Amino acid sequence: MTAIASLTRVEVDYARGCALGPVDLALAPGEIVALVGPSGCGKSTALRLLAGLEQPTRGTVTRAAGKGQTSVVFQAHTLAPWLSARDNVALPLELAGTSKREAQAAADEALRKVGLAAALNARPAQLSGGMAMRAALARALVTRPRLLLLDEPFAALDEITRRALADDVLALAAELKPTVVFVTHNVEEAVYMAHRVVVMTPGPGRIAGEAAIDGPVVRPPDFRTTEPFRAAAEAVSTLLAQATERAA
Amino acid sequence: MKRVLAPLILITALLAGWEIACRVLAVPAYLLPAPSGIWQAFLASWPLLLGSAWATLSTALLALVISSLVACALALAVSLNSLLEDAVRPIAVTLQVTPLVAIAPLVTIWAGIDHPERAVIGLAAVVAFFPIFSGALTGLKSVDPDLARLFDLYGASPWQRLVRLRLPSAVPALLEGHKVAAGLAVIGAVVAEFVAGSGGAQGLAWRILEAYNRLQTAKVFAALAALAILGVALHALMELLERRLLAVWRGR
Repeated sequence: MTAIASLTRVEVDYARGCALGPVDLALAPGEIVALVGPSGCGKSTALRLLAGLEQPTRGTVTRAAGKGQTSVVFQAHTLAPWLSARDNVALPLELAGTSKREAQAAADEALRKVGLAAALNARPAQLSGGMAMRAALARALVTRPRLLLLDEPFAALDEITRRALADDVLALAAELKPTVVFVTHNVEEAVYMAHRVVVMTPGPGRIAGEAAIDGPVVRPPDFRTTEPFRAAAEAVSTLLAQATERAA
Repeated sequence: MKRVLAPLILITALLAGWEIACRVLAVPAYLLPAPSGIWQAFLASWPLLLGSAWATLSTALLALVISSLVACALALAVSLNSLLEDAVRPIAVTLQVTPLVAIAPLVTIWAGIDHPERAVIGLAAVVAFFPIFSGALTGLKSVDPDLARLFDLYGASPWQRLVRLRLPSAVPALLEGHKVAAGLAVIGAVVAEFVAGSGGAQGLAWRILEAYNRLQTAKVFAALAALAILGVALHALMELLERRLLAVWRGR
């Protein structure tokens, strides 16, 4: 099995002392991995390394997914305020040289998939927080990435919107089959969405352990109330508690 | 409604107090004319004042256009090269902190003694330059860092980054800069006319000087009032323009 992206003995030094590593992490094609841990443990840094947006101080990052095959969704929607939802979603394709017409058609399709068919011409300022994140998700998926990186994408949203979006991400992942890595503070969300939950600990950021999550790949609506879910959530919580204790 | 009423009541009260004080204390009109006297002077000379207000306004607007072109071009060049920015910034700041009146004689000499109107435009443009330059530069640099990361991720070329990211990001700061500059351009046009004099078309500063030299204090006040109205009207217009254009920019 070739990893779609991997970190090998990766370390990052920052001038302000916040550091990462050494960290080893390999991503299998099509798997969904959650990175959980307290603030400042290097989750976002690990994500930026996987995206190729940052270089490690030591160690190697390999990426089978090239430029244009990796997408990132940040905590804020990061949509350009001067562009309509359609133009925002078409942007990655247009930057890559796709004709405006094709790019816009693909954007419309992507927006329809995330349930924004009625808001194609809306500007970000006219969208609710959840709708804006959906548009950002559509923009990330329009390039049909092999690697989808989500940096606390739902952190600013209310619980109901969070859950709806989590289901949307899972449905879209099942259809497009990218490898997904997402960062979250929320254990429940991590266990619900991921095949594998990686627990990180701060100072310097390291991987404290990981838990494989059993259960159907497409989560049933009542997955949160099942025994495997409860067992996994408990395992991750224990790991997280141990990691935080060790750090403190 | 209350917000409109409050200043109106205050202004009315001040004017009434002024009028009463002038009459009761019998203040000489050359020292402090009563508002009624100023109003009469205004009525007597309003065609002249209107012409002068137009002269001042057109000077200011022309200066604003010139300033805008130069400042935007320079800000763009500077934003593309940080070394150039380091080189230009101290000069721009020096230009900004030097009093306009102090450089007026030089500009008057360079414009040609026979063309004071050119000097006035030039001086007003100097005053309007800094807010536009500063706004444009700030705007060009005020790109959302995460959006910039996405442009990296999608392999955008430097040209795409400029046209599709930095220029549109600069719009709000650019509008703000022009709004501030418009007000300053009027001030610049008036101050410059005081120092450099007038050419064929005499602005409001000239009316003030003229009335002052003849000790027609009521006329000085009338010209001042015209200047204030011009300033407030231009400010309101620029604010409206800024709001409208921002609404277009963000679609609401």
